[in-house]
Amino acid sequence: MRLTGRYLGAFGAAILMLASGGALADYPNRPITFIVPWGAGGGTDAVGRMLATLMERDLGKPVNVMNRTGGNGVVGHAAIVGARPDGYTIGLITSEIGMMHHQGLTRISGASFTPLGLVNIDPAAIQVRADAPYKSLGELLAAVRAQPGKLKASGTGHGGSWHLSLYGLLLEQKIDPSTVPFVPSASNAAGLLDLVADGVQIIPGSHPEARALMEAGKVRSLAIMADKPSALFPQVPTVKQAVGSTWISGVWRGVAAPRKLPRDVEARLRMAVKKAYESQEFQTFMKERGFGSQWMEPEAFAQFMAREDAQLGKLMKTVGLAK
Amino acid sequence: MESIALAFSLVADPYVLGVILASSLFGLFVGAIPGLTATMATALLVPVTFFMPSVPAVAAIVSCTAMAIFSGDIPGALLRMPGTPASAAYTDEAYRMTRKGQAELVLGAGLVFSAIGGLLGTLVLVTAAPALAEVALNFSSFEYFWLVLLGLTCAVFIASDRPLKGFVSLLLGLLLATIGLNNPAAHPRFTFGSDDLLGGISFIPLMVGMFAVSEVLRFVVSTGESRLTLAQERFGNVFAGQWALIRRYPLAIFRGSAVGTAIGALPGAGADIAAWISYAISKRFSKTPEKFGTGHVEGVVESGAANNGALSGAWIPALVFGIPGDSITAIAIGVLYMKGMNPGPAIFLNNPENIYAVFIVFFLANLLMLPLGLLAIRLYKQILRVPRQALMPVILAFCMVGSFAINNTAFDIGVMLVAGVAAFFMERNGFPIAPLILGVVLGSMFEENFATSLIKAEGSWLAFFERPIAGALGVFTILVWLSPFALRILRRPRP
Repeated sequence: MRLTGRYLGAFGAAILMLASGGALADYPNRPITFIVPWGAGGGTDAVGRMLATLMERDLGKPVNVMNRTGGNGVVGHAAIVGARPDGYTIGLITSEIGMMHHQGLTRISGASFTPLGLVNIDPAAIQVRADAPYKSLGELLAAVRAQPGKLKASGTGHGGSWHLSLYGLLLEQKIDPSTVPFVPSASNAAGLLDLVADGVQIIPGSHPEARALMEAGKVRSLAIMADKPSALFPQVPTVKQAVGSTWISGVWRGVAAPRKLPRDVEARLRMAVKKAYESQEFQTFMKERGFGSQWMEPEAFAQFMAREDAQLGKLMKTVGLAK
Repeated sequence: MESIALAFSLVADPYVLGVILASSLFGLFVGAIPGLTATMATALLVPVTFFMPSVPAVAAIVSCTAMAIFSGDIPGALLRMPGTPASAAYTDEAYRMTRKGQAELVLGAGLVFSAIGGLLGTLVLVTAAPALAEVALNFSSFEYFWLVLLGLTCAVFIASDRPLKGFVSLLLGLLLATIGLNNPAAHPRFTFGSDDLLGGISFIPLMVGMFAVSEVLRFVVSTGESRLTLAQERFGNVFAGQWALIRRYPLAIFRGSAVGTAIGALPGAGADIAAWISYAISKRFSKTPEKFGTGHVEGVVESGAANNGALSGAWIPALVFGIPGDSITAIAIGVLYMKGMNPGPAIFLNNPENIYAVFIVFFLANLLMLPLGLLAIRLYKQILRVPRQALMPVILAFCMVGSFAINNTAFDIGVMLVAGVAAFFMERNGFPIAPLILGVVLGSMFEENFATSLIKAEGSWLAFFERPIAGALGVFTILVWLSPFALRILRRPRP
């Protein structure tokens, strides 16, 4: 028991040291909660924890990551929107915010937040088995046209981002999306596993997610839905290079706070997020993990969300996923 | 050879050893608190590992999780509060042993056989990882469907003295698993417009409530002298009697470790499912199945080895193909990338000393578990000296903190309390709660694999038998179902 007491003492001292290190401004004068709407251990969680660690150093107060999971991200996003707008609750929002209200799951959308900066975009890419007969996106689409309904896709839940990325590309290529049945999966990893086990034939998803299996020679990426190739696999062509498509789609992450944030608090947080994004540690982290780092100022971020929202809404209505 | 020597020197660094020791203590602490899981401990470690070199970073995760899975047994055995979901399968059994005055035997068994399971699992990881990972990659939703169905069948074995009530309990669990949005159609079910229910019923609060709160309630309504004292008068040597157990159950130990490692190696199934299946296997093949559920150590031995074996097994697909074997390795893969140890077959070729160093840490952590675990048990056992009327409110408070901590929502405290009351009435009326918990653990996996298989097969039932592994698993499952009837016919006295 005495031993425990000593440990507690050490803990207390450590916390005091951390707390006294910061500047003595009005804001922040207590710990900040950083909400991550997805589970501990996932990619969003890793990005959130890295940002929180770096912002903590800048703001001089603990920035505690809190995972509010559930309901395809609805619960966590709603928790950020519903928090008191005092700058002590912020969070990482993800591309699902542009979809969930079209599905009738919630009323909140990208416009319900005070954006503080977009930090990451991971474009969607099309992955197939390494030994598949189609060697390019053009050949794959020809196979889909030749035998409608034969090739099946997976890689996310029903109506998830990657599902829409794929169907958007098909629509743009004048192919009826219903000719590629979608098999829902719990995660992109689960979908890739099914691809390798020959359960499905097409996996839309990001390059970092498919990286290990691509490097192991089990999976091949045919094209990426971005305006330039990914840093991770620069040899994979864009959909424009492959089939002349202008379709661009992917997932993104950005930091946001509830609406009606006090001016000075908003300015301080914008600075902290930008500083964290620009830090050497964050850039190295994103590069090592293979995530696409991309910065957008809050104003551009807000416009980007509005554009995404409209594009996804239209697409979801067309393929019958919207309510 | 040279790289193995290099690996030893990497691990022998005082800084690395210090990291292993510190993260082990952290893991022991987190695992022993109900509601805080090994997965959560790993997630909390990740920001710390950002600032470490690769070997200590991975070493921190390996040692922390091994300790957490073991120490989850401690509150399970002493307070009927499983510290992590992986201990849930044998919590009731272990607690009954404590009430019979065998706390040191069951805790010692948990410790020794966790270490043995972990060591055997590591041996498989070191020797056969690439080959086993190739096998695991052949599993698609059809194979998982049969595997999960086999797992659900375990519920019948777990509650075989009252099969009908066990079945009702299992169906209740499956019903609970359908709540929320996380189903193949992503359609909200039974949510009644509540955002909290969109995420489904959280498993940890449910489990804590069912086990611990129901026990608190039983204490409240029980009368008589015995309620205030536990049978435990003295607390003997934890390691006494373990050698005898090794000699008595060699097959069970081996089987538990093997089954655990195999289940761990399959992506999507982790230590908790391994423990359930091993417990059921143990009961099925025991010479004395009637003793199960009355405070019998055999099932604890086998499933205690299985959950730590699964922990090592989960690293097999993670290291070879970057596919997580469980929720812990899902986090660990991110750390591996961060540290430039990219998962893939090349991990054994480029800088092999790093991966060998990780293997050495696996062995070291499982050996270190013995002295550190003993320390944890010695600290924790003080709880038995606390008067029960003081202990029970504290347990309830801990249940609340643990339930809140998992998702940071007060809703889960409500889930925990309702689950506790429900479990209290279920057990009063002879309905076992273990099948319900199993139903919740496996329910969503079952539905998901069934639905995706049917979509892929365009509604054809035959597809469930068309692939070789799926076909074999399917036939095996059906045989297991038919075996009781077959046995009954065979045993019927001939006229």
